[in-house]
Amino acid sequence: MQFKIFWIFFKVGMLGYGGGPASIPLIKAEVVDIHKWMTDDEFQDMLAIGNTLPGPIATKLAGYIGYIKSGWLGLANAVLATIVPTIFLMIILLTLFVEFKDLGWVQGMSRGVLPVVGVMMALLTIDFLSKAKAKTTWIFLIPFTLISLVLLVPLNIHPAIIIAVIIIFSLLRREGRKA
Amino acid sequence: MIYIQIFLAFFIPGILGYGGGPASIPLVEQEVVRNYGWMDSQQFAEVLALGNGLPGPIITKMAGYIGFMVGGVPGAVIAVTAAVLPSLLLMIFLAGILYKMKGTKKFETLTSLVRPVIAILLGIIAYDFFSGAFIQSGVVHTVVLIIASFLMLTKFKVHPALVILFGLVYGALLL
Repeated sequence: MQFKIFWIFFKVGMLGYGGGPASIPLIKAEVVDIHKWMTDDEFQDMLAIGNTLPGPIATKLAGYIGYIKSGWLGLANAVLATIVPTIFLMIILLTLFVEFKDLGWVQGMSRGVLPVVGVMMALLTIDFLSKAKAKTTWIFLIPFTLISLVLLVPLNIHPAIIIAVIIIFSLLRREGRKA
Repeated sequence: MIYIQIFLAFFIPGILGYGGGPASIPLVEQEVVRNYGWMDSQQFAEVLALGNGLPGPIITKMAGYIGFMVGGVPGAVIAVTAAVLPSLLLMIFLAGILYKMKGTKKFETLTSLVRPVIAILLGIIAYDFFSGAFIQSGVVHTVVLIIASFLMLTKFKVHPALVILFGLVYGALLL
């Protein structure tokens, strides 16, 4: 069992490109379709529960599945299998990169990649705004976004404070009214 | 002391990043670049580039590397634990309660209110990266790279790892 858990989540970690959310279908294919550890409905419920919580989704799913299959050892096994191999790769490659940073072409690589990740961040910006738009209206979203922008940039309020206020407000708020 | 800072730098993004790992990226940036000054924007971009070029969850890769860079192996373990464990434990202990609440409006409201805040933070990072690139590589190279990578990612659906590779090769040869 432990070996199976390890192998499943090792594959999920190594094959899931595009961050945690991209690995959700891979996890589903393994635990629902191949190994039949849960039904499709159970998987959807687990995903919905995971989405009510903050933080990375892939590790929440891995840990939860590992836990229900074989307790705390299963949890540790599944999480470590998902994340450790790529962390090692990351440390090795970036350490090499820093080591050779004096070379002109390595500096060039660093410069060349900057606008590319800039575009990736810009696309994520649009993605987050359009997902927010899907749940509300522009009439709410535009002023809300502008107020947040003013709080974050000129007033320099730590985003953690703003998000914490939103979380407390949302959880304490009574059900039923429109957002 | 440094370990407490490492813990906080990844605990906060892990516990506030609504919308999966990518939502935590700007919160990590806030801590490691703006708050603790462990790296500059350029170095953060390099970590992000490699993180996007490799498979697996992004936030744990960043936590592992930045934790290691700042505090060695214990730093890496603390950073990853702080990023992953709190929300995972909540999921396991509160599964029953959360199961009842999952469909309710509360969480939809919550997520839709947090998303614009995260979007602004992501937009600020994009702006910082672009302005850094203008200064370092000039307008022409920067615009070429922006347009090329934008088209590859959106129109031609090129794999993100290959787009990162394109940026690296372009830079190695021309910048």
